[in-house]
This record gives sequence, structure tokens and C-alpha cells, in this order.
Amino acid sequence: MAERWSLSRALGGMFARKTIDDTTWDDLEDALIGADFGPDITEQVVEHLRAEVERFRTTDPEDLKRMLRETLEERLAKYDPTLRLTARPAVVLVVGVNGVGKTTTIGKFAHFLTTRGRSVVVGAADTFRAAAVEQLATWAQRGGAAIVRPQQERQDPASVAFQTVERALADGIDIAIVDTAGRLHTKGGLMDELGKIKRVVEKQTEIAEVLLVLDATTGQNGVAQAEAFIEHAGVTGLVITKLDGSAKGGFVLAVQERTGIPIKLIGQGEGIGDLTGFTPHVFVQGLVG
Amino acid sequence: MATFGNLTDRLAETFTRLRGKGRLSPADVDGTVREIRRALLEADVALDVVKDFTARVRERALGDEVNKALNPAQQVVQIVNDELVRILGGEQRRLEFAKKPPTVIMLAGLQGAGKTTLAGKLATWLRKDGHTPLLVASDLQRPNAVTQLQVVGEQAGVAVYAPEPGNGVGNPVKVAKDGVREAERRQHDVVIVDTAGRLGVDAELMKQAADIRRAVDPDEVLFVIDAMIGQDAVATAQAFQKGVDFTGVVLTKLDGDSKGGAALSVASITGRPIMFAGTGEGLDDFEPFHPDRMASRILDLGDILTLIEQAQANFDEAEAAKVAEKLATSTFTLEDFLEQMQQLKNMGSIKNMLGMLPGAKGMREQLDNFDEGEITRTEAIIRSMTPAERRMPKLLNGSRRLRIARGSGTTVTEVNALVNRFEQAAKMMKTVAKGGVPQVPGMGPVPGASYAGKGSRGSSSKKKGSRSGNPAKRAAENAALAAGVKPAGASAASGSGFGLGKQAGAGAAGGPSPEELASLQKFLGRG
Repeated sequence: MAERWSLSRALGGMFARKTIDDTTWDDLEDALIGADFGPDITEQVVEHLRAEVERFRTTDPEDLKRMLRETLEERLAKYDPTLRLTARPAVVLVVGVNGVGKTTTIGKFAHFLTTRGRSVVVGAADTFRAAAVEQLATWAQRGGAAIVRPQQERQDPASVAFQTVERALADGIDIAIVDTAGRLHTKGGLMDELGKIKRVVEKQTEIAEVLLVLDATTGQNGVAQAEAFIEHAGVTGLVITKLDGSAKGGFVLAVQERTGIPIKLIGQGEGIGDLTGFTPHVFVQGLVG
Repeated sequence: MATFGNLTDRLAETFTRLRGKGRLSPADVDGTVREIRRALLEADVALDVVKDFTARVRERALGDEVNKALNPAQQVVQIVNDELVRILGGEQRRLEFAKKPPTVIMLAGLQGAGKTTLAGKLATWLRKDGHTPLLVASDLQRPNAVTQLQVVGEQAGVAVYAPEPGNGVGNPVKVAKDGVREAERRQHDVVIVDTAGRLGVDAELMKQAADIRRAVDPDEVLFVIDAMIGQDAVATAQAFQKGVDFTGVVLTKLDGDSKGGAALSVASITGRPIMFAGTGEGLDDFEPFHPDRMASRILDLGDILTLIEQAQANFDEAEAAKVAEKLATSTFTLEDFLEQMQQLKNMGSIKNMLGMLPGAKGMREQLDNFDEGEITRTEAIIRSMTPAERRMPKLLNGSRRLRIARGSGTTVTEVNALVNRFEQAAKMMKTVAKGGVPQVPGMGPVPGASYAGKGSRGSSSKKKGSRSGNPAKRAAENAALAAGVKPAGASAASGSGFGLGKQAGAGAAGGPSPEELASLQKFLGRG
């Protein structure tokens, strides 16, 4: 089995040395790229740290480690990760490319909300993928949420979304979460469909949050994904999934900075309770150690 | 990612100053290698692979094997492309079928890589090929994965073996084993075993996959991986290689805009060939993998090499030199222009040529708008002129123009536009040939003219008309070659240089950008 890759281990060698030298910088660069920060941010961070080290005239790798932690934390904390679910009903639209874990995230999210005393209804607007509705139903059951299913096969997802919100309004349910079919951000027609879902829902009530689910193993393509979904679905927050794997999701920093959309939730496991809010401090701690 | 432009452009830039040099110095190569490194990292190729790769490219670029027929930029592109194709597996491998059916194919991969969908696609593909596949639902982990496989099987029109309901109930190893037995009994010749997605770090699930492998002894174990995966591709691939020892790789979601660097990483690190690619949501969106196409995709090189080859094969160098000479002495006529255009047509459809350019993906629409008929019309106009008129456009008075318009089936306005454009272009090229940078309103910077200017600015004080033993003259010729002759295609395409009267407006707005044309030019121009 693969060792759990971690930036801290990749950095281990460099922090074990006594002084900061050229290899330190090479190692740092490699480690950051290995964590999917991408060549751009890596370059910026390394340059910034070089300047800092110069400024404080330090040669202690421990200082460098602290600076790295601070730099990353500072950059990640620039945006507000609070979920806004004060509206009643608060409608949450969940979007993303195929296979990032949208349905699973919804299950966890519903659980997260019900255990905090909110009533939740989920809408199975993924009418495209085989058995997606059943998958969501299973998760909804686990999460203790009601579910609105499509009445017929291949029903227009927008109408399922509409019915979900309608149900929330009628039954006085606090939060309505709408699952959508995974779609690659390059498919224009499918992206337009998202716009339609949004418009249809907005006829009844405002949408509280549009969450874009990103897979932590995604590389630099994550930025392109985010940009496309922001354009078509007006994303308000990011959810990073599969952080329990060996990937560290450094690309989220690039996504956050390029798009200005904050990370709001983090998924790290297959259990129903494995979803947490995003805290830059903890994220960086896990990353750098 | 679009933000970084394409590598070809940047390489071309790096090499602008190398023009005229016969071979590459270590410093030149280092600069280029840095660009390649960055492009590969942007494409999510694993760092270790990038390091090996750039080291090899560096070594080869400095080595003796350099092809004399290509200029430095072309050489490096060639080397990079060769190396990419080599790592990606040279040629594709086919599925190995068992001598004694059923052939067992096992699918493994991370969650969300697209295994279940792929099972359906593979089944469809095999069914069309005359096989009778059986899908076995061994993913008992993910909620309703079994149902999904059943639906997919139905869509694909193949049988599905799913004795367990899934959702955590049942023993996947037993299901897989029973599935193979079932296939023997019902005489299916291929068995596709869908397994649960698992993380590389999940020891328990990985052991389960290994158990399934041992139980069914598959002929092929396909590792399914998402083309959008980042640096983690290495850790994941290694974990799966250790865990289940796959025999081939399938790349999914290639229909996105990811550069798919993961393909390179996985192929390079595990040495296993990439066999198939999933390219869409339909069950038919599945094809054998083409290493060469992937190579172009990773570096966004377009089919630049094909383009180079075509250009080399069709462009008559002697002819080009003659035109350059004419330009310099300002005897360039409509006749020469016609000849050029015919050469250009020999190179094949302009649309196709432009389509081969790197970064041309985004301009498909513009390409569709591009009217090749304009070139034909221009040709018709010139052919309707007498030889004297072609040599001396000044002869063209009103009645001659009317005659030409009638003869070519166009209007006087179009003839006028062509003549105007030709005069402008001839003037412009004369300037370029003399080493200046022409200012043409609405055309932006003339592609390739910048270095032409640089190359010969110092020489403008020297006596005009010096023979080619003089470096200044050579520079001027180069300039003419770059700005005048080869890019006839480029200018024609952007609709601003020559006779494409009507095209001018549309060209400026919708045609390929000067950068794209510049890159065409840089590759066609010889140092």
C-alpha cells in the first residue's frame, strides 16, 4: 500500500538539516509541486520565503517551516469559509464534474445538518446517471433526510429541483439540498442545463449556496473546472473531497485565489460523519505538519 | 491552461534569438528545458517524471543526433514529441484474450474514476466486436453501484451477474468467483469484473482487490484513472501496481479540457501501457488509446510536426528565395502573388492547416467561418488579367477592371479591393524586406516582423542591394521569407494581407490571432 504521502514527510529531509542551503529550496519547490500547488503558486511561495529568510537573516529550517505554514495559512484564510444557510428554506445546489463525490457529500452534509437539529430534504436531480437516484436515497436515509425523487425516468432535472424546493416550502423544511448530475465543465449544453436549474429554483426562493465539489486528487485542471462552474452556476463555495487519500489538494489554493470563491467544506472519508468545515489552520497543519 | 499560452509559442519565443545558429548551446537548451518543465507541470505530469523527461530532452538536444533538416526550434519539438510518444508506449496494445474462454477482465481504480461506466463501455465495445461479455457486480461498497451496473448492462445490451444487493452487503471476492463460473456455465466468452473504488492508502480495500484478483485469475487487470488527476497519480498508480498489479491502464474523462499529464506519469512510472480512453458519457464514447495524439495534447503542440512535414514537402525553397529577391528589389507582381497562392493550395486545405496549429482548438468556430472560396475568387480575378496587367497593376483603368470583373464572375468592387490590398501588401513587404517594421492599420504587429526588424536594423545604413554574402542582406532575405512568403497562408487567413477583400473585416475579428499565425511562421521560417 502506498505510504500516506504528506508534504511534511516530503519536507522532512529539508527540515532535518541544520541550515538552509540550495538543496533546501529545491526540496521545498519539489514538495510544493508534489502537493499540486502548481508551478505558479510554488514559484511565488518559494520566492516569498526566500525574501523572508533573507530579511530575517535566519538559517534555521525550523524558522522556514514556520514561515511556510504562516504563508500558506495567510493565503488560505483570505476568504470567509462560513456557510450561509439562514434563509428558510435555505436552498443548496451541489454541482461538479463526474465522480468527485457529489452524492456522497450530500449524504454527509444532510447528516451534518440533521444532527444539528435542522430538517433537510434532498432532491435527486441527477436523472442522468444510472442508479444515481437510488444512491442518493441510500445516503438520504443514512443522513436522516427526506428525499424528492423524479416521477419518471429522464425527467428534466430542473423540474425535480423545483419540486424539491416546493416540498421544502410546503412542509416547512429548513434546508433543501439539490443533487445534480456530474458534468464535465467543457460540455456547453450540460452547463446551460445548470443555469436552467438555477433559474427555475430562483422562481420560488433565493438560492442560499451553490457548492462546487472538487476532488482532492484533481490537478491543475481544478482551476478550469471552477471557472466554468462559476460562470454557469454562480458557485458560492467549494467542497474538497477525498482528502483522506494520498493527495493533498494544494490546487485549492490556486482555485481559491484565482476565483475568489472560498472553500467551505472538507470531506475526508467514506463514513457519514467525515465532513467538516474548512479551517485554514487545520488544513495547513495537515499539509505541512 | 489557457493562462499560460501554449508551449509552442513560448518555445518559439525562446528560439527566436537562435535563428541562424546551426546548433544549440547548453544555455539555449536550458532555457527551453525550463519552459518544457513548466508546461509539463501545468499539465499535471508527476514531478519525478518531469525531471527524468527534461533530463533526457536536454541530453538529446545537445547530442549529435540532431537532425540537420530542421531548425533548432523544430528539433526540440521533435525530440520532445519523440520522447513523449516513447513514454506513452509507442504503439497501442490490444486486449489479450484467454486461449480458453472466458477471458476475465478486472477493473480497479479510485472512487469516481469511472469504473462502472467504463464496464458498460467496454462491454458495448466487445459486444460489437462479436463477443458475449458478462458484467459482474463486485462493487458491493458504494451505495447502489450494483443497480448502476445493472442499468448500464441493460443499456449496453449485455448480461449482468449481480447476486448480491450491495450497499455493504455480500462478499465481493465470492461474487467475482461465482461470476466467472456463471460465465463458463452460460458460455460467455468475456467476463468484466467491476470492483469497488478504493483509495491507494486504504490497505483493507486494497487487500480485497488483491483477493479478487487471486480468486478469478484475470487475463487483464485494467487500472481506471481519471485524466484530471494531479500529482497524486504517481502514489495512486504505485499503490495499485503493488496491490493488484494491473496489466493495462484506461484513461477516463478525456473529453474534458485536462491536458492529461497523468497518462504520462502512470505510463512512465509503472511501465504499463494505456490501452483505452473514455471520451464521453455515452456508452459508445470509448476508443483505443493513441499515444501520439496524447503527446500533442499534453504539450498542446497541435499536429505541429505534421504541419512542418507538409510545409517542407510542398514549399519550393528555390521559389521562395526568388520571391524574396523580388521583394527586395520591388519587382513583386500579381503574377508572383498568384504563384504563391497556388503553392499554398498545394499544401492542402487552409482550414486543415490552421486546424493543426497548436491552440487552434478554441478557434474551431472561426475556422468554420473562414471561407476558402475567397482564395479561389482571388485567383479567378488575377487569372482574368492579361500578363501585362499582372505585371503592372497601374495599367488597370476602369474599363479593364470591368472586363476583369466580368471575366472572373466578380464585381468591380472586389477587383478594386484586391488591387488595393496587393499594393498595400507589396509596399509593406518592401519595407520588411528592407528591414523596417511596417505599420499597417488594423493589422496589429506584423507576425514575425519583430525579429526581422531587430535582425537588420543595424544594417539599414549599409548600401542597399548587397549580395547575400553580406549578413545584412541575409537578414533581409530571412525577413522576407518570414514575413512575405511563407505566411502568405497566414496573411490570407487573417484576411488582411492580400486579396481577400471581403474577408478583411471578418478576418480581423474572427480569424486566428497574430500569435497563432506567428507560431506557424516561426516554424515554417528557416534560420
